[in-house]
Amino acid sequence: MMTHPMVPDPWRVQRVRRDTADTFTMELESANGKHSLAFAPGQFNMLYLFGVGEVPISISGDPAKPGTLVHTTREVGTVTRAMRKLKPSDCMGVRGPFGVGWPVTEARGADVVIVAGGIGLAPLRPALYQLLAARNYYGKVVLLYGTRTPADILFRKELQNWHSRFDLEVHVTVDRAMGNWRGNVGVVTTLIPRAPFDPHSTVAMVCGPEVMMRFTVQELEKRGVALENIYLSMERNMKCAAGFCGHCQYGPTFICKDGPVFRYDRLQPLMTVREM
Amino acid sequence: MEEAKNLNPSILQRSQLDLLFGALAERGYRVVGPTVRDGAIVYDDVRSSADLPVGWKDEQDGGKYRLVRRDDQAVFGYAVGPHSWKRFLHPPLVRLWQATRKSGGFDVAAEQHEQRLTAFIGVRACELNAIQIQDKVFMGGPHVDSAYKARRERAFLVALNCGQASGTCFCVSMNTGPKAERGFDLALTEVLEDGRHYFVVEVGSETGAEVANALPLSPAKPADTAAAERVVTQTASQMGRSLDTTDIKELLYRNYENRRWDEVANRCLTCANCTMVCPTCFCTTIDDVTDLTGEHAERQQKWDSCFTMDFSYIHGGSIRPSARSRYRQWMTHKLATWIDQFGSSGCVGCGRCITWCPVGIDITEEARAIRQSEIAPQAAAKEDENGD
Repeated sequence: MMTHPMVPDPWRVQRVRRDTADTFTMELESANGKHSLAFAPGQFNMLYLFGVGEVPISISGDPAKPGTLVHTTREVGTVTRAMRKLKPSDCMGVRGPFGVGWPVTEARGADVVIVAGGIGLAPLRPALYQLLAARNYYGKVVLLYGTRTPADILFRKELQNWHSRFDLEVHVTVDRAMGNWRGNVGVVTTLIPRAPFDPHSTVAMVCGPEVMMRFTVQELEKRGVALENIYLSMERNMKCAAGFCGHCQYGPTFICKDGPVFRYDRLQPLMTVREM
Repeated sequence: MEEAKNLNPSILQRSQLDLLFGALAERGYRVVGPTVRDGAIVYDDVRSSADLPVGWKDEQDGGKYRLVRRDDQAVFGYAVGPHSWKRFLHPPLVRLWQATRKSGGFDVAAEQHEQRLTAFIGVRACELNAIQIQDKVFMGGPHVDSAYKARRERAFLVALNCGQASGTCFCVSMNTGPKAERGFDLALTEVLEDGRHYFVVEVGSETGAEVANALPLSPAKPADTAAAERVVTQTASQMGRSLDTTDIKELLYRNYENRRWDEVANRCLTCANCTMVCPTCFCTTIDDVTDLTGEHAERQQKWDSCFTMDFSYIHGGSIRPSARSRYRQWMTHKLATWIDQFGSSGCVGCGRCITWCPVGIDITEEARAIRQSEIAPQAAAKEDENGD
C-alpha cells in the first residue's frame, strides 16, 4: 500500500547550534537508512516532535549535501520551543520536502538580488549556496539582509565569509542599533535604491515578514525590476503540506503545493487585501 | 442478451427493492443508506428497505428543517439531510498513524485503513458531483490521500434521481442535478404513477452491471422511461433557490472589499455548521495526541472549518480574526477560488449550508447581493443622469 503523505520518517539530531537568542539550527541525519532527502532551495519539511506536535520549517542547508538535513528555526511556539531542547542523537519525525522553491536555474544569465528579513534568510541560504556553486552562470549577485538588531543577525560567520568574496555583494542593515554598531541602520528596503544590479535583467528573491516583502516589492519596482521577475516566499497556517487540509489557502493558491515561493505578479491582487 | 439488458434502462419493482440490498450484501458490501433518526434523514447502515425513510419528506428553508409525512409511500421522497457521503469517504475523525517511544527515538506505524466494500444507497446527483469534487482534492494533486483512495475505490454508488426538491435546493443553477449523469454504478428513478410503484434502473459501471444482473429486472418500456424523465423534469422545476453563476469567479475576485461582507458578518455566528454539512468542504486539522504514560502518540485528522479563529493562526495571531474575512474566505472559496484550484465550482447547490445555518444565511442571497451591489450603483448613477 502506498505510504500516506502524513506519515513521518525518523531522523536523528547530529548537532544543534544556537544562532541568536531565539533562533537555532539543527542538523539531522536519517535514522532509518533512507540516507538523503534531495530538495530544491526554498522547499520545506514538516518536523514532528514525539508527543508535542508538528510544524512546517523551511530547509536552510546546502542542496548539494542532501545527506544532512539542516533546519533553522525561531522559537515562537510550543513545538519550536520543545525542539530547541533537542540534543544530539535525539529523534524527530520528518515529512517532505514539500512545495515549489526559488527559480535558481531560471535566473541564469541575469543578476540576482536576494532580499531577506530576519529568519527569512534561512530559506534563502540554499539558493545562495546554489548560486555560488554555479557562480559563472549569473551576473551580479547581491544579498541585502535586514534584522531588528545586530544581535539578531543569522549565520554571522558565513555572512562575513560571503562579504569577503569578490563575486558577491553583501549588505546588512539593522532596524535599531547600539553605539558599537558601525553598519547600516534602517529597514532593509533602504538598501535597495543603491544596490548594484541591473534592474532590467534582475531576478529578485525575497523572504521576510509580509509587510517587509510588500515594501521590498515597491522599492524593486521603483528601480525598474519587472514584477514577473520578483519572487516571494509566503507563510500561512499549515497542517498537512500536501494540499488536503485547506489551511494554507491564500486566495486561489495553496501555499504548500503552489508555493511557498510565488512569482509576485500572481500574488499582487491578494497582497493588498486585509485578512486574506 | 444480458449486456443489451444492462445498457438500456430497466425496471425494478418497489416490492423487489430488498433484492438489491441482498445482492450487495452477498457481494460483501456494507450497505449504507438514508434512515430517519432524531427527526432528520441521516445516513447509516441499512439492511432492507424497511430501514429507509418510507413516506417521509423534508421541508427546508433558511435555518429550517422538518420531516413531515408524505401522502404516498415514496421511499426516497425527501431531498437531502444534514449528512453527506463525505462522512464515510472523508470521515470526521481518522487516525493516521500511531507512534511508540523506544530507546533513542520512536517507531511510527501507519494506520491500516479499512478495506471494507461499502455501498451507498440513494446518492443524489448533487452528492455525486460533490464526491467527484472531493476526488480531485484528495487524488488529483501532487499528493494522493491513500486512505481516501482506498475508501473511494471500495465504494459502490447507487444514485437516486430526485423526485422532490427542497426549499433550499439549487442544483439546476450549479448544473449538478437533479439527474445523475455520471459517476454512479447504478442510478434509480423512483416512479409512483397510476397505482404502480417502481424504479427505472440505469447502469453506470461494470460492477453496476454485475449487480444489476443479479436482480429480476425487466426491460423498461418507453412509457416507463418517459415517466422517469417527468419525475426529474418536475423536480428541476421545483428548485427553492437559484444562483446566477455568470462570471462568478471574476465577480467575487473583484469584490473582496465589498461592504456586504460586513453586513453578513453581523449575522454570521462563525459556528461552522455550513462547513460541516457541506458535501465538498474538505478542510481538516491535525491533533497529535499522547497517552498518559507518554510512551504512545498518535495523529488524528479531524474535520476543521475556516470559520474558526485557529484555522488561520500563525505565530503572532490569526490571519482572519474577523467574521467578515472568514465568511468571505468560505464563500469566495466555494464559488470562486475553487474554480482556479480544481477546475469546477466547490458548490453543488444542495442547499445544506442554507438549511443548517442557525440564522438562515443564504449563499444564493449573499451572491445575489454582491452582484446587485455592482449593478445598483450604476442604476443609481443612471437615475441621477435622467433626473438632471
